[in-house]
Amino acid sequence: MSALIPYIDEPHPVTGVTNGKFGTWLFLASEVMLFGALFSTYIVLRVAAKAWPHGYEVLNIPLATFNTVVLIGSSVTMVMAWASLKMNEFGKFKIYLSSTILLAFVFLVVKYFEYSAKFHHGLSPATSNFYAIYFTITGLHGLHILGGIVVNGYLLGPGSKMWNTHREQFIGRIECAGLYWHFVDLVWIFLFPVLYLL
Amino acid sequence: MSAHSAEDVRKSVKVYMMVFTILMVLTFVTVAISRIHLPTHWAVFLALAVAGTKGTLVGLFFMHLSDEKRIIYGTLLLTLIFFIFLMAISFFA
Repeated sequence: MSALIPYIDEPHPVTGVTNGKFGTWLFLASEVMLFGALFSTYIVLRVAAKAWPHGYEVLNIPLATFNTVVLIGSSVTMVMAWASLKMNEFGKFKIYLSSTILLAFVFLVVKYFEYSAKFHHGLSPATSNFYAIYFTITGLHGLHILGGIVVNGYLLGPGSKMWNTHREQFIGRIECAGLYWHFVDLVWIFLFPVLYLL
Repeated sequence: MSAHSAEDVRKSVKVYMMVFTILMVLTFVTVAISRIHLPTHWAVFLALAVAGTKGTLVGLFFMHLSDEKRIIYGTLLLTLIFFIFLMAISFFA
């Protein structure tokens, strides 16, 4: 039975990829511009500033390094979830996707501790341009993590029924969710050195 | 949906684990470099070089860009051009 969306479980004859995958990459392209705009804002603000703290002077490096390891780990579990489906191992898929969601929660919990430590010391986005940029970029990134948790949670839970009804389409969904998740990891891979280490 | 067969994917698992290890090493490398407190332009260049390497690995292997269709490469090329423009205009602010 064909799905409602055309070319969702087989490649489009012109593009060579499914509509879902093409759409996901176009979405990621727009996300590059979104985060890119914030990165260039950071450059403009920092270059013009009379004073700007080094990240390592005011931010918790060990905590952020731990979060980096957590997020990269979650990218591995995400790709392994997709690989498990490709190898017809649904049980392993559930374990890997659950791990991805769990690691994402760990990331957010650490972020909560980072933020509350700052608030506790009376530091907020209003304190300085550094803190404005720090909270805005990491906050937007954190919201993206939350969005990923919601999507992955759906795909692990009620959404996983599609494995039995539209197998190829479901694998496609996991691949696209994976692309989004790797992108979120990618943003952090740049965020971490730029904000925390420079 | 994806071009990869179950057999290709089985072989890829080893690659994913290798990439994970390299990403972990590079994470600690980037933290170690930052502790040296190099002059600004070196610090920025090295931080971006390491991050760029990590990002390339994620893109090539986790996002399967090593073996994608031309439409995706084309989309990303256009994105790159606009992104470079976005970064460049920050120097004229």
